[in-house]
Amino acid sequence: MKINNLFIWLKQKPRIAFFMCLPLILMVACLIIYPFFYSIFLATLNKAETKFVGFANFLFLFKRETFWLVVQQSIFFALVAVFFKALIGFIAAHSINAIPSKGQRKWRGMLLIPWVIPPALSTLGWWWLFEPTYSALNWLLEKLSIDAIPWLSETFWARFSIILVNIWVGAPFFLIMYLAALKSIPEDLYEAASIDGANYWQKLFFITLPMMKNIISITILFSIIVTFANFDIVRVLTRGGPIDTTHLFATYAFRVGIESGDIPLGAAVSLFMFPVLAVLSFIILRNVRKRTNEV
Amino acid sequence: MKKASINRRKFVKGVSAVGGYTIAAPYVKTAHSAGKLLLGIWSHWIPGADDMLRHILVKWGEKNGVEVKVDFITSIGNKLLLTAQAESRAKTGHDIFSLPTWFGTMFKHRLDPIDDVVEDIINKHGPLLDSARFYAHLDGHWRGAPAPTGSFFDSFVSRFDLFKEHAGIDLKEMFPANENRNEELINNWTYDTFLIAAEKLYKAGKPFGATIGATPDSRWLSSLFTAYGAELVNKDGDISVDSDSVREVLEYLKKLTEFMPKSVYAWDDSSNNRWLISGEGSVISNPASAWAVAKRDNPNVAKNLWHHDAPRGPKGRFRPDNSQYWGIWSFAQNKSAAKDLLRYVSEKSVVDACVEASQGYDIPLIISHFKDNKTWVDASPPDGVLYNYPMRGDEVPVAPGYPAPPEIASQITTQYIIANLVARITSKGQSIKKGIRWAENELEGIMRG
Repeated sequence: MKINNLFIWLKQKPRIAFFMCLPLILMVACLIIYPFFYSIFLATLNKAETKFVGFANFLFLFKRETFWLVVQQSIFFALVAVFFKALIGFIAAHSINAIPSKGQRKWRGMLLIPWVIPPALSTLGWWWLFEPTYSALNWLLEKLSIDAIPWLSETFWARFSIILVNIWVGAPFFLIMYLAALKSIPEDLYEAASIDGANYWQKLFFITLPMMKNIISITILFSIIVTFANFDIVRVLTRGGPIDTTHLFATYAFRVGIESGDIPLGAAVSLFMFPVLAVLSFIILRNVRKRTNEV
Repeated sequence: MKKASINRRKFVKGVSAVGGYTIAAPYVKTAHSAGKLLLGIWSHWIPGADDMLRHILVKWGEKNGVEVKVDFITSIGNKLLLTAQAESRAKTGHDIFSLPTWFGTMFKHRLDPIDDVVEDIINKHGPLLDSARFYAHLDGHWRGAPAPTGSFFDSFVSRFDLFKEHAGIDLKEMFPANENRNEELINNWTYDTFLIAAEKLYKAGKPFGATIGATPDSRWLSSLFTAYGAELVNKDGDISVDSDSVREVLEYLKKLTEFMPKSVYAWDDSSNNRWLISGEGSVISNPASAWAVAKRDNPNVAKNLWHHDAPRGPKGRFRPDNSQYWGIWSFAQNKSAAKDLLRYVSEKSVVDACVEASQGYDIPLIISHFKDNKTWVDASPPDGVLYNYPMRGDEVPVAPGYPAPPEIASQITTQYIIANLVARITSKGQSIKKGIRWAENELEGIMRG
């Protein structure tokens, strides 16, 4: 009787859902929630981790020239990279959508390759192309009688290189999301617009973009978070150089926390982006919710 | 445990009685050693060196009834550092752990004091190099004992054929593979002389190459700074970067970098090796690994290489010191056996075997162990290529960031403040005044409590 009751209790939908999600909840708790709170705790300690110092580590960072350089670079890197990823993803999605459905699959597959390869590996391939002394790209340029480019040893080109690789890795994500969004727009809307005499641009601005607004917002939000927190591309290509001019929050936190052994300050650096991203997430998700409710 | 110890003592007695002393002979111990011993050891660059060390350690374990397990951990991608950080925080892992350069400073709160071990070593073998105290004697205690592998000093590694042809300098005459050094020539081997040679080699299309980036190989800058008496932080822990000697060395570097490849600002630790081995460069600052790889990959370059002293600056002649220690974690499970093993690996027979297996790359940290080591004398081609790889003249090994206290020197090094300061001025065109102001701001940062 008791066992039967237990089965009945377990069979109720919310409970089944909870138990099925439990492994994921545990993983999130162990790998995200616990480290997050632990890093907050670490960020409130002194360098030797022997004394509680409150917000002193954060206040200390505000006075550091290199830290503000990292802040500027992270914002610049994230905005430029996400803009181009979104633009290229949008154009590529439209181009693929315009292909007859029979040929779309192979293009989708090929264009997803950069996103599927582990970034640390693909970035190593890029590093060979950019290598400071024996760059494969420079070898090609020299064959064409063009001066070699200091891909990784000058600030401008080093920033260009890490942004380029980030776009290469991340654009397929936008492509696949936008392609899915494009396919969900009813054909009737375009047909009706055509009957009304709308041209390509009018259809784009008055049908396609409004219908894709939510997915665009969410992909941009997701990409900003991931791009802000990027580590592997910078670590493999430049290690934050030259002269710290390509450091992002994550690579600088690694330098300060792990390489220099100042774990509390490293934790403070990595947590610095949290409020910025939290506010951004709140605004974007609120707009998405608002639009969904309107629909 | 007790039983094992008695048996071991009997074993030691037996071995002593026959008077046999082989490479695997047990060290005469004062503590009980038995059970398991886990070692996390830096994985050597030189093929075969790890195998020799494993053989020595396992043999020692077999003789002493200790099950020795060695994990060779690469430093590529900071794996050794990440492992140390993880073990230090989790308070579990190996018993003995490699402590390259600043690990002792970074993890001193998790390392057992081993004064008794190091004092035994000094009493038996004589003094360690001065820099050992700087790296491993922290807060009044020894936290690391000399490691048998992994220590090296960056000598100048030059193409003697190119130096002779383009700069008119006969390096083999100046630094011969015997005791008959030409003091007059050596006295003239200064950084000013080197600048002139660097210009000539640059014009010949075979420049001097050394990284000015955020990577450990940029330590050559630190010894250059020391040669000019340029300190970022003095021995009392006061910021002293705003000084005439710092300005002087930066002025010197402005001139020197004109004759270096522009890519040095993005070089990693292997770039200078590739630069020399490919035949494009004429001189780098490096241990013996570039030559060892050149022997395999480009023998024509290898046969024209020569290891020799650094030039002298106004305050002396210095070599970057990259010494390595072994420490015992405070959470180690078998401290007694660990201490015995640390004593054992400081034996000359062990060190000699490791030096030989590393093709001369490893440098002993115990001064007496330099004597009668044939590896550096016999290495070839060319004959005598490594004779001057261990210091033979007036050079002094110097830790990066010296003379700042170790805690500060480690931060100066690991945050690459010297390399970034030099790069700001020589590549970004920043004024020396502005660069020094930046360095002051960074130094204030690293000295926080």
